[in-house]
Amino acid sequence: MLKLGGKVARIDAVDVSDKPHLFRVSTRDLPGALRKDRAYLVGPENIPDGYVHYLVPQAHESRVEEFTEIGAYTVLPPEYFYLGHDDVIRLSADRTSIRVLFRASSNHNSILMTEQCNHYCLMCSQPPKSADDSWLLNEIEELLPLIPRDTAEIGFTGGEPTLSGDRFIRIMGLTKSYLPRTAVHVLSNGRSFANLDFAKKYAAIQHPDIMVGIPIYSDDPTLHDYIVQAKGAFDETLRGILNLKMLGQKVEIRIVLHKQSIPRLTELCEFIGRNLLFVDHVALMGLEMMGFTRANLDVLWVDPHDYRDTLSEAVGILSRYRMNVSIYNHQLCLVNDDVQPFYRKSISDWKNEYAPECATCSKRDGCGGFFSSGVKFGYSSKLVPFL
Amino acid sequence: MSKFQGQESYGNQLNYELLPFSFDRFNDDEYILTNLAGEHLMMSAADLPTLINRGLDPSHHQFASLRSKHFIRYPEEQAPLSLLALKVRTRYSRLPPFTNLHIFVVTLRCDHSCPYCQVSRQMEGEGAFDMTQEMADRALDFVFRSPNPAIKIEFQGGEPLLNFDMVKYVVTEAESRNQQMGRDLQFVIATTLSLISENVLAFCKEHSILLSSSLDGPKDLHNANRPRPGKDSHQRFEAGLKLARESLGYDQVSALMTTTDRSLDRVRDIIDEYLRLGFNGIFLRALSPYGFAIKTKKFMSYDAGRWLEFYKEGLAYILELSKAGIPFIEQYTALVLKKMLTSEDPGYVDLMNPAGIGIAAIVFNYDGAVYASDESRMLAEMGDESFKLGNLLTDSYEQIILSDRLLDALDESFTLSAPMCSECAFEPFCGADPVYHHAMYKDVLGRKAESPFCQRNMAIFKHLIELMRNDRQTRDIFMEWANGC
Repeated sequence: MLKLGGKVARIDAVDVSDKPHLFRVSTRDLPGALRKDRAYLVGPENIPDGYVHYLVPQAHESRVEEFTEIGAYTVLPPEYFYLGHDDVIRLSADRTSIRVLFRASSNHNSILMTEQCNHYCLMCSQPPKSADDSWLLNEIEELLPLIPRDTAEIGFTGGEPTLSGDRFIRIMGLTKSYLPRTAVHVLSNGRSFANLDFAKKYAAIQHPDIMVGIPIYSDDPTLHDYIVQAKGAFDETLRGILNLKMLGQKVEIRIVLHKQSIPRLTELCEFIGRNLLFVDHVALMGLEMMGFTRANLDVLWVDPHDYRDTLSEAVGILSRYRMNVSIYNHQLCLVNDDVQPFYRKSISDWKNEYAPECATCSKRDGCGGFFSSGVKFGYSSKLVPFL
Repeated sequence: MSKFQGQESYGNQLNYELLPFSFDRFNDDEYILTNLAGEHLMMSAADLPTLINRGLDPSHHQFASLRSKHFIRYPEEQAPLSLLALKVRTRYSRLPPFTNLHIFVVTLRCDHSCPYCQVSRQMEGEGAFDMTQEMADRALDFVFRSPNPAIKIEFQGGEPLLNFDMVKYVVTEAESRNQQMGRDLQFVIATTLSLISENVLAFCKEHSILLSSSLDGPKDLHNANRPRPGKDSHQRFEAGLKLARESLGYDQVSALMTTTDRSLDRVRDIIDEYLRLGFNGIFLRALSPYGFAIKTKKFMSYDAGRWLEFYKEGLAYILELSKAGIPFIEQYTALVLKKMLTSEDPGYVDLMNPAGIGIAAIVFNYDGAVYASDESRMLAEMGDESFKLGNLLTDSYEQIILSDRLLDALDESFTLSAPMCSECAFEPFCGADPVYHHAMYKDVLGRKAESPFCQRNMAIFKHLIELMRNDRQTRDIFMEWANGC
């Protein structure tokens, strides 16, 4: 698992202010005009001057004496070895901590919009917080112009990203303006879109390639509401999806598989085939052992090995209805062969790992592996390495 | 953990409401519930009154399914109504675009003399039964009055290839007019393939014309059903099929079969013949009470019950094949399953409501008569002109489409108001067939209790549901068929 934020080792900054600062990282000898708002990541090469800030990996800490003439710098702990050109970082206002906001080399850049949520899902991997965190939105507005224009895809996540209402709409609009060729994926529970005016504002952005990923956990409204711990959620989510599709927007349905959702999974898939045939994608996703999941393990955990036939049946139903379907967050040795065409390696690179049992497996490269949390906090006892 | 609420906190009330649904006894112990969107659910006879009296406990094992299939809802829920409305709109979405299929009877002449033929056969070489160019022009005027963005023109006969010049004229003229009209234009020729030639195929290829043919089974059966000079109908079909597939593409040629009394014991032979010839499905059709079938009493030679045995035996064999990994479908079943398992309607003229006559398909006879369906002109050939809507030479589009003959038939046969249909739980899977019932009973409704149409379809619906609920593999196959057609 990559460390994406924390304290920095040492800092020498003349620019200490009351504001956090976002920098683009550069490892190249850019023209002077481009150095004013970038942080140079020091390597073995000669250090060019004129950058607004310098990042010195601990391995090169001996070079800090060169900086008396060059400028402000931060010494990075070794966990940030992966930083590279065009990444975007934030230094906190007091310049004591760093956070990596964007990694140019990754296809899994996910931008947190808020930690607030109107759901309280039993298996939430990112438990919601109620504090006002609208500073995140300010930061995103600063971040978007810094993201490389050729970025293939970015995601927005939460919490519930749409809770900020017009601010959410504004940020999606900015995303289109700054990154018109970047595919955008928004993780939302869809309930805000039940408000037709809001859905219309969203559609009016006319983003060429944006999709909202919306969870439905059961065809039984009561069970869905229980899983997300919010009464009336199912009804509102469904109406949100209908509004989005009526307005020609792309929608993905995301189903997390666990002890509560598995028993009616085939019914849910038939429900989707009969009622929501027009959604663009359905993702069947393994449980992430993070956040609330660990607290609710007794009501959530089911070994993927034990539901593999149900998963095959579910995929069979959706594919017979000619829907686009993918299996995410599963291990190759725990799914049946018949679902191979729908199997994806999906876990974000920064939290993707393999279990000790996988050491001898010959199909590791084709396998999605685990969330780091899975390896740490529990996974199937039925792993069988392919030999 | 106390900060999480148990499931009982999210819907335990007894105040559910009934959404519109129908029910019928399915067997001794169970009822079938259906709604307008074609959702269905089996329920024990004991539970049904409790459900209807709004006393069903939310812990009942079918309570969640009753909600998700939209038979009931809680008063504050809005999504069920939106989804129901959406599904019903989807099922009727073929109605607003109006007539798609336009059948041109370019000649009544035929080289075959099938005893069950549904239209009068005439000798080859007589021009009196051919469509003229003037008539074809009038028919095309009519075709392009249809507001449908997709137009299909099907050539029928007789044997249309005996008047191939007229086929060519209609195709080129339609394409020329379509440069202005911009419709999605498609052509089909219904032919026995006995007279197919390189010449014909070259034209078909150039204009992407599909061929719809006839195959009744193995050689002996086919040739007995379909006499022609030389007794070589089957040989000509097989040779023509090969030629046509090579020229137009393997899947550009389809075949239909007709069940005669000779077919009844041979459903496996018939299916095997379709398999041997590389078809991926078959349409097990019953004889219709039209044309020569009535005159020669052919259609009376077996009843709905005997045909159903034939159908069930054939379907069982086809399922056997599918389970053995040989994909093959029964097309009528697939059409019915589409109505049962999806929210779409396949638009099959015999299983539509309102009836498909005139508004889904319309027929231009060689002599300018406009009929509400192919069966309507067969009825007319027997002297019953109830569904003759007018004539291209004397009547306008409006006069024909708004004729009492058409509108009354549509109105009076509408299953949602027809006696015994409106309250039938199988109505969402079925359709109005006013021409059939008029042929049998001289009125567009008929008496459903006696109607072989009703008997046959009800038995099929029940049979398919039984097959599905007893076998997951069959259900998977059916789901594939439902979505593949």
